[in-house]
Amino acid sequence: MVTETVATFEDSLGQLDVEWTHTTSDGFEATVASLIEEPAVGVSLPFDGASLPDAVTVDPTAAALESARTSVTPASFGVAEYGSVVLASTPGGAEPVSLYPELHVPVVRADDVVPGMPEAFDRFGSEIREHRSSSIIATGPSATADMGDLVFGAHGPKEVHVVILDE
Amino acid sequence: MSKSDKAAEIRRLMLAEGDAVEQNTKGFNAGRYDSVSELENYEELKDRAREIKEDAIARLPELIDQLRDAVEENGGTLYVADDAADANRYVRDVVADNDGDRVVKSKSMTTEELEVNDALERDGVDVVETDLGEWVIQLADEAPSHLIAPAIHRSREDIAELFNETFDPDEPLETAAELTQFARERLGEQIRDADVGMTGANFITADTGTMALVTSEGNARKSAVVPDTHVAVAGVEKVVPSVEDLQPFVELIARSGTGQDITSYVSLLTPPVESPTVDFDDDETPLSERGSDREFHLVLVDNGRMAMREDDQLRETLYCIRCSACSNSCANFQQVGGHAFGGETYSGGIGTGWEAGIEGLDVAGEFNDLCTGCSRCVNACPVKIDIPWINTVVRDRVNRGTDEEFDWLVEGLTPDAEPGGVPLQKRFFGNFSTVAKLGSATAPVSNWLADAAPSRWAMDRLLGIDKRRELPTFQRETLRSWFERRETAIDDPTREVVLYPDVYTNHVQVERGKAAVRTLEALGVRVHVPEVASSGRAPLSQGMIATAESHAHDVYGALAEHVDAGRDVVVVEPSDLAMFEREYEKFLPERSFERLRDNSYEVMEYVYGLLQNGGDSERLRRAPADDPGVAYHSHCQQRTLGLEGHTVAVLEDLDYDVVTSDVECCGMAGSFGYKSDYYELSVEVGEDLAGQFTTDETRDRTVVASGTSCLEQLDSLLSRPTTHPIELVAP
Ligand code: SF4
Repeated sequence: MVTETVATFEDSLGQLDVEWTHTTSDGFEATVASLIEEPAVGVSLPFDGASLPDAVTVDPTAAALESARTSVTPASFGVAEYGSVVLASTPGGAEPVSLYPELHVPVVRADDVVPGMPEAFDRFGSEIREHRSSSIIATGPSATADMGDLVFGAHGPKEVHVVILDE
Repeated sequence: MSKSDKAAEIRRLMLAEGDAVEQNTKGFNAGRYDSVSELENYEELKDRAREIKEDAIARLPELIDQLRDAVEENGGTLYVADDAADANRYVRDVVADNDGDRVVKSKSMTTEELEVNDALERDGVDVVETDLGEWVIQLADEAPSHLIAPAIHRSREDIAELFNETFDPDEPLETAAELTQFARERLGEQIRDADVGMTGANFITADTGTMALVTSEGNARKSAVVPDTHVAVAGVEKVVPSVEDLQPFVELIARSGTGQDITSYVSLLTPPVESPTVDFDDDETPLSERGSDREFHLVLVDNGRMAMREDDQLRETLYCIRCSACSNSCANFQQVGGHAFGGETYSGGIGTGWEAGIEGLDVAGEFNDLCTGCSRCVNACPVKIDIPWINTVVRDRVNRGTDEEFDWLVEGLTPDAEPGGVPLQKRFFGNFSTVAKLGSATAPVSNWLADAAPSRWAMDRLLGIDKRRELPTFQRETLRSWFERRETAIDDPTREVVLYPDVYTNHVQVERGKAAVRTLEALGVRVHVPEVASSGRAPLSQGMIATAESHAHDVYGALAEHVDAGRDVVVVEPSDLAMFEREYEKFLPERSFERLRDNSYEVMEYVYGLLQNGGDSERLRRAPADDPGVAYHSHCQQRTLGLEGHTVAVLEDLDYDVVTSDVECCGMAGSFGYKSDYYELSVEVGEDLAGQFTTDETRDRTVVASGTSCLEQLDSLLSRPTTHPIELVAP
């Protein structure tokens, strides 16, 4: 069942021209496989029962990252009002992995989508005070208007496709 | 810069950069209106943002101590630099200690302020700006022309030419996509083997040492993560107490600036970050095994800010989050951009406050006059800074610091409370009420004399009044003398009002005053037109604060008894009403200010209220069947007070078909458009408005405006008559 919060999330993604796909842990591997363009890299996902297809090189070298076209990384949570996904920086390199390839596929659990920024910052507050962690609130692809027109893929991904993991 | 040089410089910039700046800033500004209108709790968020900043600046020393502890616990270093030289020395040392040959930077206005690039380059370090806009101006060796879009003054064609000349690519670059791809690749290589990454920070939380970076391109993410040394440079004012305090700013900053709901990336970094350092030549080690042996330095820059914190007038500047809304909503900025409307680093309305605090009054004084006080930025500012007031304060201080040789010329015409040193032109305009009094007393001779060629020559030379402007015509019979001579008999009135005889309505635009009296009486209101001092708007806009304040006391003294007698104060000129409703807060005791504010009304607002409360609209003049409709321009300050809608509602109630302008300001702004330095800019701004009133849809409509300045500007730019709305509806 799609909750109201997830519906708002989808709506916001729609306004950003970001595509999304729903899946369950059963269909997860096939869904991801259908979305990526190879070579693909990723970091391992903390979601029960959801594992990445073989086509995705998990924990790549920097050289493999540089030549990858797609990356798949987990999102700690989503922010419905803005269509944002929160990408935690990890020792495994989730931050650079989510940034360099042309297509980024963040995976967010439907249950982890919060309504708005007040809820998001409540989470950040306790999480950052406890772990002194770093995160990126990422909303849509990388963009610039500095060259006289809006262009996607300035330094980061040209395209983002969000996978929403249900149940 | 001499006067004529200034006019020439403005003309040059309008020609070279005006179109690109105009298109971009207007786009941002329109985006802002759309984006904030979707926020249900916009006003609450602004209040919250303001509160956080007030608290943070008040407790700044304590917060910096807390932040130092947090940064050190995290494994980084915090350095507070007294000034630019101190900051640069520290940064150079960090780079040298790391044998740094190349530093990659993400956009940071504070590093522009420090000129850290120059300092590092003198050491032989290669400094590369990785924000695309910053890179463009680095290549062109220019200063930023906008707080957040530094190359806003350059068109795509300009940038293509620059790239093609600089790099001579095999295929000449042309489209925005090609230019972006080229920059991405080129800068990607530079980031690849950079030794140090330098970023700014939009906010830093004292509780955790977390910095928020608001960006869209992703270059700041790369700059912070790829090299193994990260230096963040930020003004001390960027510190906020806790992580939760970031929330209102994250929701407001992009909406206020470019009109996006949020930028692509808001990085919340608590450095040194855990991400592994990246070496793209490494094809053996998985990222997770590379480790993140990172060095992190946070350089907090004082450079005048702690003194601003002690300054009751400039302190507010430190609340600024550099969103650029005050630039984008400024009609003058839209035409000239930050190269004219800016100092060493900072530009736009708030640029004056920053430059005054950081560089000094001389730099701020160079562009401070471009703020006309129209107040369109006031509601746009996410931290509710009274930006026009800061400009006024700076102008006052600049005035007091200058000598002027022709003081004798305006002696007698200038009974102001200012010490010597206020420039002659400012004293003349600031004391306009005295000029007007004399003008009426000696009209029409005063008008003939003023218009004679030798007088215009002298005015241009000595007062800087542009010869191309038509001067106001003083009426021999003032509104007050007309009013006193006539019989009025409103028995059993519904309300009693004081019609405030502002200088223009009393001496120049007397007809609109008469129309106001007739309208109010037709609706059963008993009108008084007592002698009341001018509001102080004229001296205030020249930066003559002491004079404006003495007017405020006089006005309050004259009106208080009327208010106590239950009379409402009705004001025709919106800029004077805005004094009562906004600026008098600075001059009067709180209770006096509130009493006058709560009982003052713009004339059409008042008519609206009367009609809402049973007033008979049949007694007013309805639109005739063949009425061509109305093209209405509300006054800038009137709109800031939220009073445009009342005029429109009254006119529509009386069957007028109304189209409104959507420019921020008419460009005249009191004395601004009269000044030789700014005449052409004023006309350029005015042409936007005139353009909106000469389209197929508006060309035949009656032109209606609420402010004297707007009417003067429209009169000079359109070939059809203009009128105040009250004259349209008066019986
Ligand atoms: S003064 Fe206000 S509107 Fe202007 S840049 Fe600063 S925060 Fe934005």
